[in-house]
This record gives sequence, structure tokens and C-alpha cells, in this order.
Amino acid sequence: MSEAPPVSARGLVKRYGEIVAVGGVDLTVEHGDVFGYLGPNGAGKTTSLRMLLGLIRPTAGSAELFGRDPMLEGAKALDGVAGFVEGPRFYPYLSGRRNLRLLSDYDEPSSSARIEEVLELVELRDRAKDRVGGYSHGMRQRLGIAASLLRAPRLLLLDEPTTGLDPAGMRDMRGLVRRLAGEGITILLSSHLLNEVEDLCNRVAIIRQGGIVYEGALGDLLATATTGYRLRSREPERARTICLNQAGIGNVAVEGDQLRFSADEDAVAALSIALGQARVPITQLVAEAASLEELFLGLTGGESSDHDRQAVAS
Amino acid sequence: MTAVAKVYRWELVKLLVQKRTYLGLGAAMVVPVIFVVVLQIQSGGPNDVPLGRYIRDSGIVTPLVVLLFMSIWGFPLITALVAGDIVASESHNATLKTILTRSRERGQVFAGKALAAFTYTLVVVVAMGVVGVVAGSIAWGFHSFTSLSGTPVSAERGLGLMFASLGIYVLPLAGIAAFGLLLSTITRNSAASVVGTLMFALFMQLVGVLPGTESIRPYLLGTQFDAWHGFLRTPADWAPVVRSIWVSAIYLSVPLAAAYLVFLRRDVAGD
Repeated sequence: MSEAPPVSARGLVKRYGEIVAVGGVDLTVEHGDVFGYLGPNGAGKTTSLRMLLGLIRPTAGSAELFGRDPMLEGAKALDGVAGFVEGPRFYPYLSGRRNLRLLSDYDEPSSSARIEEVLELVELRDRAKDRVGGYSHGMRQRLGIAASLLRAPRLLLLDEPTTGLDPAGMRDMRGLVRRLAGEGITILLSSHLLNEVEDLCNRVAIIRQGGIVYEGALGDLLATATTGYRLRSREPERARTICLNQAGIGNVAVEGDQLRFSADEDAVAALSIALGQARVPITQLVAEAASLEELFLGLTGGESSDHDRQAVAS
Repeated sequence: MTAVAKVYRWELVKLLVQKRTYLGLGAAMVVPVIFVVVLQIQSGGPNDVPLGRYIRDSGIVTPLVVLLFMSIWGFPLITALVAGDIVASESHNATLKTILTRSRERGQVFAGKALAAFTYTLVVVVAMGVVGVVAGSIAWGFHSFTSLSGTPVSAERGLGLMFASLGIYVLPLAGIAAFGLLLSTITRNSAASVVGTLMFALFMQLVGVLPGTESIRPYLLGTQFDAWHGFLRTPADWAPVVRSIWVSAIYLSVPLAAAYLVFLRRDVAGD
């Protein structure tokens, strides 16, 4: 396996006249990552993915896949890489199987030997002889995965793979992504569905108005989101007094039958010991973390897409 | 099989399953039949066109006379139907991104598409020729006929000359196909490309009949559709044939090169 990271983008810019679609994106996806690429609709996710795949020419900056730049090396830079942007598209007048046959002839070496295997994997074998024009959205998404897997990729780029799927379809698609990641395929997954990213990804980048506002481990991002702690005790008054006198504990407030305060982990640890020594019984001590949703809205300035609003509402 | 050959093969498969392919091919094959049937019903004939007065001498003459009638807009339209669509249809289906994220280079994909468009052009002309000879021979027999120089031409030799004529006739048509490919690549819109290509072909014909264009007339694309007359003279007049070869080559290579460069560099966004 190559030492170069599966994806390395430096200063990617795409301008259309006055409009800046992507304004300097840096991204690194390491081997084995399931990398979530998050952002509201129109933030520049798809445009950056297109640049990664060599479909559009960056105005500035460069992208490399396993150390090879598609702008310099053409299709050779896509060796070991597969995926789709803005939903997989096929020839509607050809059957699913014939579409895959066509694509296998576009692969070097030919991937035709894997056609039946990938059709089976995405459970499309029964419908493979039907024209793609008659496929449902979910079937096309699955055929898109099948077409990508034909290439036996080491890196899979998936642009919102669950968009438009019904709940069962979403579950199946996520299961498939998890399974592929388990087989060691590095996955770059763009999404605006936060629970999906939280569910699948180990690392994330958040893009807002064409620029990356966060890149790193998902766990670290969530850890920064601890806004405070909640304490419930059988003796709230005594607990409050101890809190007020404890080093590192601030913003102590009483809310109903519980206390809220801000603190770092060490201070909380010390507090729990102090409460124990004072024989103040604790019934609950909970870190209040912002959800990825709240973090996302904070980082993206609340530019939640319609989809996200629906997700919040539901 | 090389990369281009694989792309070419699939381009032919795609043509074979699309209706518009048969629309053009069918039209090219029906026109000579209609032509023969009408002449069978009527007593007159196309006496004012080259070989027109010998139309009933031999079936071999039929496709040659039909060539003239179809050069104005028939064959250009049929050519444009496929050449104007061959890249634009990928944009329409948004499949360009699907095939350009595999192992084939853009140049190879373009070469396969261009070859398929030219193949179609050749096939429709040859199909018209074969149907014309068969239909004409059923009506009037497979005989010797009179050349443009007034000398007799045997049926066998005439058949050879007829196919040579089709061959040289395909060259300017390939120039129109190249123009269609260029529009198809630039506009990403099938209808605009087909109409634009037809307008280009008609414009070329129009320039040729305007007064004051005599000096440039030999170098217009439309003029090259008559180059085959050289084969039907005794002795053969090679001047229009040779001129058609290099003039058509220019009309073919300039838009083809432009289309190639655009295809290599263009952004595939939304297609």
C-alpha cells in the first residue's frame, strides 16, 4: 500500500467568475478512515469532490489521491479510487447489468469478472436485466455502489449516498458502508445528515461557505462540545455550598432540583471526591455535551439546510 | 482490444439501442425507395440534374441521383442527429462523470465517440446506396448506363464507381459530423447541436449559390458533395476528387481538434 494518504487536498479553490464555490479547502483522509465531509447544501462539498476526482479543474490549489494528481496524471490518478458525485447516474436505456459491463470495459484491467458478485452484494441481481430507466432512486444508489465496488477500490468517495432513501434504504446503505469500512476500504462520505456522520465516521471535516471550519477526529470535536455539568443530589443545599467553595468550579446555578456548573474534567473529578468525603449523596453527575447537530449549527453559522431543519423537527 | 476500441464498441452499442439512430438510418433507406416508386408512377424524371435523364437506364444510377437530393439537408440532418447528440446525450443523462471516473482518459473517450459518429455517417450513406441500387434494379434492371461524358459504363464498373462516389461523398459529410461533435461538446444540448449543425450545413450551401462567391466556391463544404462527378467522367476527372479530400479534411480537422481540446479541458459539473 502506498505511503501517500488516500486524499490530500491543499488550498483547493474553485471560482466561477465572481462566485467562489470553494475557497481554499485543505483535507487529509488517512488510510482506514471513514471520513465525514459535512456541510449545508451549497457549501461546496460536491464541488470539492468533483475536483478530487478530476472532473473539474481547480482555479488554484491541488488534490492528490494516493499521491497522484488527476489534473496531472488523468485517469491513472484514479487507480484504486471509485465513487460518485451528486448521485450515481447510468444509461437509462441499458439494463443494470449492461451498464456495469460497459463500466467494466472502462476499467483497466477489466473488472467484468466481479459484476455478478457486486450485483449480489447490493441485492440487485434479480433486477439486473431491467433497464435502469425503470429503477427506483434507491436501486440507482445501490447500482452506484455496485459500479464503484467493481473497481475493487481502496478509496471510496460517496456523495450523500443516503439522500432520498427511505428509512430502510438508509439503514441498509449505512450497513453497507460500515461493512466496506470493516473490509479496510477508506471512505470519504459527504453528508448533511449529522446522525449519519456520527454513526459512521471516525473523522470529520466541516465545510462552510467554501471553507473548512473544522477538521479532525469526531471524538475530539464532540469533546470540545462539553458545555457544563449537571448535578443532582439528595442534599442540594450542601452540594451547592461545596461547589461554590471548590476550586475550578464556576457558574454554579440552581435549576429546579439540580445544580449546573462549568468545570474541566479534573475539577469535576475533585468535586466528586469532595462531595463523597462530605457524605453528600450524588444521584446524578452528568456532562452536558452539545450534540453534533448543535456544534454543526454553531460552526456553520446556523445555515442549516432544509433537510437539517426537517431532521431537527422530526 | 485497445482502450479506444473498447470505448468505440460501447458507443456503437449505445447507438444500436437508441431510437434516433434508426430514425436517421431508416430515412436514408426509405428515401431511395420512395424515389423509385414515384418515378415508377410518374412518367417524367429529374432531367435537369446530373445523370437524371438516365435514371431509368439502370438501378445503379438511382443512389447517385438520390445523393444530390439528400446533400442539401437530408444527409446533413441525419448526420447531425447522431453527431450532435453523441456528447450532449452524456450531459443530458449526467453520465459523463460516470465514465470519466474510471480508467479511460478523456482523449480515449472522445476518440471512441468521434469514431462512432463517423461510422454512423458512413453506414447511412452506404445503406442508402445499397437500398438505392436494389430498388432501382428491381424497377429498371441492373444494366450499363451512360456516364457524364456520354460514354457507356458497364454495370460492374458502374457499381464500383457508385461505391467510390459514396466514399468520396462521405468526406464532406464527415466534416458536418465534426461540426456536430463540436457543438455537442460545447453546448451540452442535443437539440441545439442538431439544429446548429443543420444550420451550418444549410449556410454552407447558401454561400455557394450567392452571387459573387464564385472564387471561393470550390473550397466550400457544400461544393464537395459534387466531387463524385469526377468518377463518372471518361477519363476520370481527379481534380474535384483530390480537392474534396483536402478541403473536407480541413473542414473535418478544425472542429474536431477544437472539440477534442474542449472535451479534454472542460469542467464536468452537472453532467
